[in-house]
Amino acid sequence: MIIVNLIGLALIALIVWWFWLYKPSKAVDASAENITVVVNDGIYQPARIRVAAGKPTKLQFLRKDGSPCAATVLFPDFELSEELPVGVSKSVALPAMLAGEYAFHCPMKMYTGTLVVVESAALEGQK
Amino acid sequence: MNKLSDNITQSASQELIIDGASCASCVGKIEKALRAVTGVESAEMNFALRTVLVTGDVAPETLINTVESIGYNAKSSNQASDDQLLDEKEVADEKYYVKLMKQVWIALGLGIPLMIYSIAGGPMTVDTSLERAVWLLIGLLCLAIMYFAGKHFYIGAWKSFVNHNANMDTLIALGTSTAWLYSMIVVLFPMALPEMARHVYFEATAMIIGLINLGLALEVKARGRTSEAIKRLIGLQGKTARVVRVVDGKEQEIDIAIEQVQLNDIVRVRPGEKISVDGVVVQGHTTIDESMLTGEPMPVEKAEEDEVVAGTLNKSGSILFKATRVGKDTALAQIINMVKRAQNSKPPIGRLADVISGYFVPVIMIIAIVSALVWLNFGPEPSLAFAVVSATTVLIIACPCALGLATPMSVMVGVGKAAEAGVLIRNGEALQTSAKITAMILDKTGTITEGAPTVTDIIVIDKAYTETDILTITASIESGSEHPLAQAIVDAAIKQGIDPENVSDFHAIAGHGIKANFNGQQLLFGNQKLMLSKHIALNGFVSQAQKLADEAKTPMYLAVDNKLAAIIAVSDPIKTDSISAIKRLQAGGIRVVMLTGDNRATANAVAKKVGVTEVFAEVLPEDKANKVAELQAQGEIVGMTGDGINDAPALALANVGFAIGTGTDVAIESADITLMRGSLHGLADAIAISKATLRNIKQNLFGAFIYNVAGVPFAAGVLYPFFGLLLNPVIAGAAMAFSSLTVVSNANRLRFFKAKEH
Repeated sequence: MIIVNLIGLALIALIVWWFWLYKPSKAVDASAENITVVVNDGIYQPARIRVAAGKPTKLQFLRKDGSPCAATVLFPDFELSEELPVGVSKSVALPAMLAGEYAFHCPMKMYTGTLVVVESAALEGQK
Repeated sequence: MNKLSDNITQSASQELIIDGASCASCVGKIEKALRAVTGVESAEMNFALRTVLVTGDVAPETLINTVESIGYNAKSSNQASDDQLLDEKEVADEKYYVKLMKQVWIALGLGIPLMIYSIAGGPMTVDTSLERAVWLLIGLLCLAIMYFAGKHFYIGAWKSFVNHNANMDTLIALGTSTAWLYSMIVVLFPMALPEMARHVYFEATAMIIGLINLGLALEVKARGRTSEAIKRLIGLQGKTARVVRVVDGKEQEIDIAIEQVQLNDIVRVRPGEKISVDGVVVQGHTTIDESMLTGEPMPVEKAEEDEVVAGTLNKSGSILFKATRVGKDTALAQIINMVKRAQNSKPPIGRLADVISGYFVPVIMIIAIVSALVWLNFGPEPSLAFAVVSATTVLIIACPCALGLATPMSVMVGVGKAAEAGVLIRNGEALQTSAKITAMILDKTGTITEGAPTVTDIIVIDKAYTETDILTITASIESGSEHPLAQAIVDAAIKQGIDPENVSDFHAIAGHGIKANFNGQQLLFGNQKLMLSKHIALNGFVSQAQKLADEAKTPMYLAVDNKLAAIIAVSDPIKTDSISAIKRLQAGGIRVVMLTGDNRATANAVAKKVGVTEVFAEVLPEDKANKVAELQAQGEIVGMTGDGINDAPALALANVGFAIGTGTDVAIESADITLMRGSLHGLADAIAISKATLRNIKQNLFGAFIYNVAGVPFAAGVLYPFFGLLLNPVIAGAAMAFSSLTVVSNANRLRFFKAKEH
């Protein structure tokens, strides 16, 4: 019984760590090549996208998921929202942004992604 | 100026979508052909996206023809219009619905018979080897159902999990697989479990998958209805336009796709046709029905130099107009954009739900584990079976969707509903705040009144002059002035065929009036203060002037050679429905205050006519914002309504700024809410719709919170020790599936909301 309880507590600890404490670090550079963010099965792929600061950027979305949840992508920091048609690549024009992290998500925040906006010098340095 | 330059860059670079380019070698071919077209500066194709970016000032149809001539299909990229997008969306939704319904029947096909069997008292336990074989078969069937009808839950759950994310799929996947796994263990290794715990829950797995898919399918249908308003707006856009083009050296009228209409094109519109783009009439006259945009039922007369707006309907005459705004720049396109953006923006009240959604799923997972542990440690036998049931039920009943949908669905319907009434709401915050407005400041000129003053009375005092003489003299003085009242006098003179003459020694005396010389005569024209300061005897005429002011008219005195000659009254007529609209506002408990730069007597008279008791009169334009601040300091949540011309600072400072547009002249920039028709009823409608929407959001949020707060502990079994009640996982599945449907349906109720009649 003690073992079962310990397993339960360990599972709880794992949940806390996996969903809240873990900080992802990978970011894909969207400005270098025309990457497409695929919207399918509950996630944006890739979900962290590195963008150069200070210049307008276009981000391509391709929605494969028919679920209405996936139909709209919001960039609340820029008061932007775009309808994504199923199976058709849709480009979302982003304004010139200051360096920082900006979330984008579906209206219910079940699909979530992050724009990592970095100074272009830093972007060059990382390449 | 800005607008113009935008348009120029837009026409200088355009994107084409290419169809039929299947190999990389096509790229060179297409680019080369396009570069050969005169006027094209560059053409670059993105093979991955099948688009070509062309720079150079060339008509899109020329480019399309070029691409088609070498064997590919092309269309302008902005041709993938909202219209098509919506059609595609509907098709996609329908497909999704059909797919879901198939899955519903697959899952319920097994779930319902099993369910009936268990309710009818059929043993769900595994004791004999025959039972084991039968249950094993059913378990495998169930696995097939999980694959065919519920694959999307498991894939979604896994993918989000890998991304350190959790959503509704996670809960459903965990819940159903817990039930299935446990049942399979019972079937395969019954000896490992105490006898009482050898119970299978395959029916739960199948039923839950079926019911949740059913909920999703119905939700897709219900959601389609929430975007009806925007569909209607998008449907207003025409598909073709008839333009005058020079073909083979001859001027001809040809029909082209609306996307191909260029700036300055001359467009022909016949009776019964839609206006295709924004423009200015250059020939002909007609009446146009603008109700679809402004909510104003009366058709509007249009003649040369009048503006026409895309999406409105030409009623009687045939006109030619010059395109001034095309494509994404038309008022209609901007309205659609604004409504879409607002529909997806969240009012502050929804933010709490957002924060909760971020933690919701992992918290539910933890609660499920805790509840299982509690059952295992303290529960009665078979405690293992109870633990599994409670964990499954907790996972299944929790519904982050209802919480997440609560706000956006209502905002979607509310903002759309407002747009139908000619009210453009900028964002969710404006929607929420306008529902809470306690005081409303109304600008007088142009808001309560028409904003177009006319001469109403000419009282000739010195009988040496006729009315025409008086009008000639005053129009001559005023022709140099830009004051709106001056314009009224000049207009009245022109109407009677009088040409204003030249005056000399023109002096404007601020706050008083004008001094000038006319044909050697010394003229004074202005208010009572001017006359008193120049010691002009007013005799008994002050009371006459007062009477005019009491009738909401603005009286002005004219003195010739220091002798009172006439009184002219100018009045800005009150809009016919201002009185009833203000009554509606007041009936809603809102303190209505009038604000004007006009003199106190006239202001009071207008206020009295429309039933307003509080007046800020003689306010200089730059002080309007201070009056807003003054009310805010009294603790009021202040709405400010003006025509946006010199009200911008006040509109910006107010908690909610309402710009009242005339016709479709959209003053979007400084206002939170734009009223597209001149009537103040738009204001009352805006507030009524905001209130109804906010109430709807609150119902949804309350329902979703209560559902989860009550449902989860119930599922965990808190009632068991007291009443012996434990929730069946299937019931949890049904409750979960229909909780989000309930939210969407409640939001849909808003579609039937009617602002109280005028």
